[in-house]
Amino acid sequence: MRRLRAAAAFATVTALAATASACGGGSDTGGSGGNDSPKSLTYWASNQGPSIEADKKILTAELRKFEQRTGIKVKLEVVPWSDLLNRILAATTSGQGPDVLNIGNTWSASLQATGALLPWDRAAFDAIGGRARFADSAVAAAGAPGKDPAAVPLYSLSYALYYNKKMFADAGIAKPPATWDELVADGKRLSKDGKWALGAEGANLANNIHQVFVLGKQHGADFFDSAGKPTFTSEGAVAAVKQYVDFMAKDKIVAPGSAEYAQNQSLRDFSTGRTAMVLWQAAASTFAAQGMKPEDWGVAPVPVPAGTPDAAKNVNSMVAGINISVFKNTHNRDGALQFVKFMTSDEEQRILNKTYGSIPPVKAAQQDPAFGAPDTSVLRETLLRSAAPLPQVPEESQFETAVGTAVKDLWADAAAGRAVTTESVEAALAKAQQQMPK
Amino acid sequence: MTPPTPAPTAVGAQAPPERAERAEPARARRRGPRAPGRIRHASLPYLLLLPALALELLIHLVPMVIGAVMSFKTLTQFYIRDWSTAPWAGLDNYKLSVDFSAPVGKDLLDSFVTTCLFTVASVALCWLLGTAAAVFTQESFRGRGLLRALFLVPYALPVYAAVITWAFMFQRDNGLVNHVLHDQLGLGGDRAFWLIGDNSFYALLTVSVWKGWPFAFLIVTAGLQNIPKELYEAAAIDGAGVWQQIRRITLPSLRPVNQVLVLVLFLWTFNDFNTPYVLFGRSAPKAADLISIHIYQSSFVTWNFGTGAAMSVLLVLFLLVVTGVYLLLTSRGRKSANV
Repeated sequence: MRRLRAAAAFATVTALAATASACGGGSDTGGSGGNDSPKSLTYWASNQGPSIEADKKILTAELRKFEQRTGIKVKLEVVPWSDLLNRILAATTSGQGPDVLNIGNTWSASLQATGALLPWDRAAFDAIGGRARFADSAVAAAGAPGKDPAAVPLYSLSYALYYNKKMFADAGIAKPPATWDELVADGKRLSKDGKWALGAEGANLANNIHQVFVLGKQHGADFFDSAGKPTFTSEGAVAAVKQYVDFMAKDKIVAPGSAEYAQNQSLRDFSTGRTAMVLWQAAASTFAAQGMKPEDWGVAPVPVPAGTPDAAKNVNSMVAGINISVFKNTHNRDGALQFVKFMTSDEEQRILNKTYGSIPPVKAAQQDPAFGAPDTSVLRETLLRSAAPLPQVPEESQFETAVGTAVKDLWADAAAGRAVTTESVEAALAKAQQQMPK
Repeated sequence: MTPPTPAPTAVGAQAPPERAERAEPARARRRGPRAPGRIRHASLPYLLLLPALALELLIHLVPMVIGAVMSFKTLTQFYIRDWSTAPWAGLDNYKLSVDFSAPVGKDLLDSFVTTCLFTVASVALCWLLGTAAAVFTQESFRGRGLLRALFLVPYALPVYAAVITWAFMFQRDNGLVNHVLHDQLGLGGDRAFWLIGDNSFYALLTVSVWKGWPFAFLIVTAGLQNIPKELYEAAAIDGAGVWQQIRRITLPSLRPVNQVLVLVLFLWTFNDFNTPYVLFGRSAPKAADLISIHIYQSSFVTWNFGTGAAMSVLLVLFLLVVTGVYLLLTSRGRKSANV
């Protein structure tokens, strides 16, 4: 019995200790797309609207159209942003994934490196009407330079400055700020009586990256050199991160509570009049869902250091957007291409981008008057003139995590009243750089 | 010690008296010679363990071995579609993990220390609260059943729902915790942050204890059922007070139960992933950077699966050593107690 107890104890201990072990990955089932399941498709859509349910409703109507035309039934799943990358990673490892999926365009090069996504060579592009239909800047954010893109642009977005007209009028400010100096000056007038000038999402790594990338560009810095090596500690990168966190630490125009925001709470603060400005991509539908009337807010280009936004020296947004990809292991390659063709058709591009408040990356659809409304025209002009794609390197995902976390920690310092200095910013970025794969 | 009542309980069940053990072979002898193919008595327990061992192999050991193999590979996003093709890295991942002068190793060490402190604090508090509540509800009183049921609520709730509720409560500006501490009790100047910065450790500890102590309460309650009432009566006659009875009777009698309880709580808490993940998301604040989240980040967020696997192997080895030493010490304790 003693031996038995020992065996049982060993089994128990092994089982319990094993809970810490790494999970085994699946293996590639080969596959560059088969056609053994021609009448069905699985589609993972990213959450674009105010809620998952809203997206289901919007997309189901369009998918029904596709089914009527092709006889192919599309099984839709709207995946929240917080889960999407993990889900894609799991699908890549196991070979069991959807046929078609949306990806954040900033992940394109990282996911391209996994080899899980169908490369869009000339033949594949021709099957959906040709590469020339799409805006160049959008295709540039669909994979590493010099390689066939891993995805096709679906919705294009850029950042804009949304501002509360009433709060501006109450503070005696006639127009939205065009430069950062103006934004800080206006912000100091707006930040009073428990209200704050600018919203931020301090604990949202991706958002942190989007903001410091643009500020970095304005300081003449890139976070990677031409060889793809990280340069997080360059003078410009340090200045950019410090400038962003200083909105709270030094200028006091961002609410300390924003340091813990990661679930778009800054939009709620804006809708409820707690903050006067927010830097966001296509927020109109969210504001409406949160009860804000369209006439209550205005939209302007994101400020620049001086002068006006210009592609040469005053980049004021990253090329944001959503791409659509075909999973290499698809069981319905032809159907998947048909589906991408449908989703990127002029008609669907108009419908979907209108609904989501984004800009169609398909040139023909961009001309629709609906995209000339005040808010979307700012986004469109920004995309055309002054947006730059995030670094299209395989390590982009690690960069978002490492630098995004460094900025998040600096926000926490600022919120706690600890000093944020050039040295502390540099140290945080140096640590982030050392965490990057060699 | 033989219990006066024959009804065994899940925890602390006693072996049946020797007479009963001898009765079975006696019956077997009455049935005459052993039939061919009949399971030998000595191997029966092992055969009964076989299905569990087979599943253990399939569910735990095989993935563990795969994880160990991965730890010797340069496994990044370039190879995850077929991890077996990833180039061998030798001991590089291990060297990186234990190079405490470089950021990766230093962060792992910090995370390990944080996890140790968190585990000790959480297990101690869970045990203390669970034992106190079990002793308190040992005697029958009106409403005891309801109180016991209430105590078990945190244990019965789905972890995600419970922890996300805590996350809302810990929000700085709109959370209930700050509302009570700051608005109602008037404590402190500025509202505290609980989900970022140094206080995140205490937020995590609070949720962990809230979630874990009912299990301790349940196990200790079951253990208390096995302590004969006569012992307390005899002690009371000898003039022992409540505190002395707890010290001299309750705690020593609970030792075997506590040994298992503390081990299980230790392993669960040390490896807890759900609580910090739901509370803080993908990147926990440094003060609450538990090793499970840290390894997850190394693997699934920064896509260095080889390094993550190496860290996992180191963690498993650490837990095996700790558990082994613990079992050795406690079994010695049991033996010396039996002498």
